[in-house]
Amino acid sequence: MSVDLATVKRVARLARIAVTEDDANRMVGELNGIINFVEQLGEVDVTGVEPMTSVTPMDMRKRVDAVTDGDKADDIVANAPSTDRNFFLVPKVVE
Amino acid sequence: MTELTSLTIAEAREKLASKEITSVELTKAYVDAIDAFNGTFNAYITTTPEKAMDMAKASDERRASGKVGALEGIPLGIKDLFATEGIHTQACSHILDGFKPKYESTVTQNLWDDGAVMLGKLNMDEFAMGSSNETSFYGPVINPWKAEGSNQQLVPGGSSGGSAAAVAAHLCAGATATDTGGSIRQPAAFTGTVGIKPTYGRCSRWGTVAFASSLDQAGPIARDVRDAAIMLKSMASVDKKDTTSVDLPIPDYEAALGQSVKGMKIGIPKEYRVDNMPEEIEALWQQGIAFLKDAGAEIVDITLPHTKYALPAYYIVAPAEASSNLARYDGVRYGLRVDGKDIADMYEKTRAAGFGTEVKRRIMIGTYVLSAGYYDAYYLQAQKVRTLIKRDFETVFHAGVDAILTPATPSSAFGIADENLAADPVAMYLNDIFTVTVNMAGLPGIAVPAGLDKKGLPLGLQLIGKPFEEETLFRTAHVIEQAAGKFTPAKWW
Repeated sequence: MSVDLATVKRVARLARIAVTEDDANRMVGELNGIINFVEQLGEVDVTGVEPMTSVTPMDMRKRVDAVTDGDKADDIVANAPSTDRNFFLVPKVVE
Repeated sequence: MTELTSLTIAEAREKLASKEITSVELTKAYVDAIDAFNGTFNAYITTTPEKAMDMAKASDERRASGKVGALEGIPLGIKDLFATEGIHTQACSHILDGFKPKYESTVTQNLWDDGAVMLGKLNMDEFAMGSSNETSFYGPVINPWKAEGSNQQLVPGGSSGGSAAAVAAHLCAGATATDTGGSIRQPAAFTGTVGIKPTYGRCSRWGTVAFASSLDQAGPIARDVRDAAIMLKSMASVDKKDTTSVDLPIPDYEAALGQSVKGMKIGIPKEYRVDNMPEEIEALWQQGIAFLKDAGAEIVDITLPHTKYALPAYYIVAPAEASSNLARYDGVRYGLRVDGKDIADMYEKTRAAGFGTEVKRRIMIGTYVLSAGYYDAYYLQAQKVRTLIKRDFETVFHAGVDAILTPATPSSAFGIADENLAADPVAMYLNDIFTVTVNMAGLPGIAVPAGLDKKGLPLGLQLIGKPFEEETLFRTAHVIEQAAGKFTPAKWW
């Protein structure tokens, strides 16, 4: 499989990264280089092999479903580029 | 009198205990050294001298009142990936511009609880993606090592390049680092320092900026094996805030040093003898084998047949996880925002301006391999191959092998702005060829300096252990260190 310019632009759109025409053209070559490198995995026989889900066999630790943290609205918005009364401000999404 | 900054953590601990020196004196020596020389290396991207002196003073007071932690009064550098409350934390990325967390990472909190002193935040590849520290928004780090008779500036490796350079140049007593594919061990090997990536789950990942969550682990970079053992004991913990942190007792790693390796079985995997490997690396490996044989270990040839697939599988799994983890940087909750005509345009412009080239490349790869129609061919296949890589290790450990010895890197440190590496991302990725298998299998790995190449640059060996048997690695690495000696760069700065 190889990626073309249209695929690069589509993936950039999915990844929410604006790319210029020059960026996209450069990325075609770079991404194909990486894709070609990882293609060799196709030669491995994985019949009957389970995909790894955890490197160490462990049961997920669980806790009681109760509030353990909170009341930190000021802390949470402290680093935001634009806020108003503990809300994050974004460009208008609904007309 | 020896310079205070030349003391190892263990030596400083002794002098502090005997009241020969105070933490204030020791910390001041580091603050002055950073003042004088950080401009040369660009190892720190933010320094916190006032906080350091306050912490040192508080440490001396604690000591006077009889409270002495395991790292009491020891000045450390912290990789910029660890959240430090109220202090610059940006993973050396532009997209986290101005971010000062309201919380402290578990690993750094553990260090402060044990009495350590913070000197500042260390340079690194952006979001830990890189093998030369050149992808940092804050510019490259200069390796304190230079080839004999050459003035060329070399990279310290990456992604923990600032940590490794600061330790080697004596700008901190020890440093925190993280390793997703080799980011502790490769820079340690390039700078003649010791770095250990512990077993996945040994250190909490809470408060550490995420790159690839199933691979990321914190660990120390230190001057010698003993210092690495001292630091790891303090960094490791079980943590309610990270469900993948493991609830197992933390051994006294230092106690493993000096124990004999007589009768231990050391595996030598034939698959690590790669094409175009410099003769010096092969010679170093043979030297390591001889060191361990002389100490009474049994050397056995082993096979890890899926080794060559570890790096390609990594370049699917790690970017896939990164593309998901880095989706949070959208200009809304923290960091940089670039305004756009609507919200999607704002996201796209913010991410275009905030991420560097390598980070974008990996997000793109990750997005591609997870996209509809490609998931099975790439991501699922890679996770199955990962199972096979882990099984290779389990088979040799089951057969009685105690630890595996390999080279740490396929070369010594290379030049800043290497044109061949800049032109070919895959060539840069090959730096991690010996280290990445360990992350894929979640195992512990330590890099220990074992010699110099013909150019006079340090080379490291890697030991790989069974899950949670870091003690075996410290014990074995200590034997190599005793035989090989320690390596310090000639001071040109």
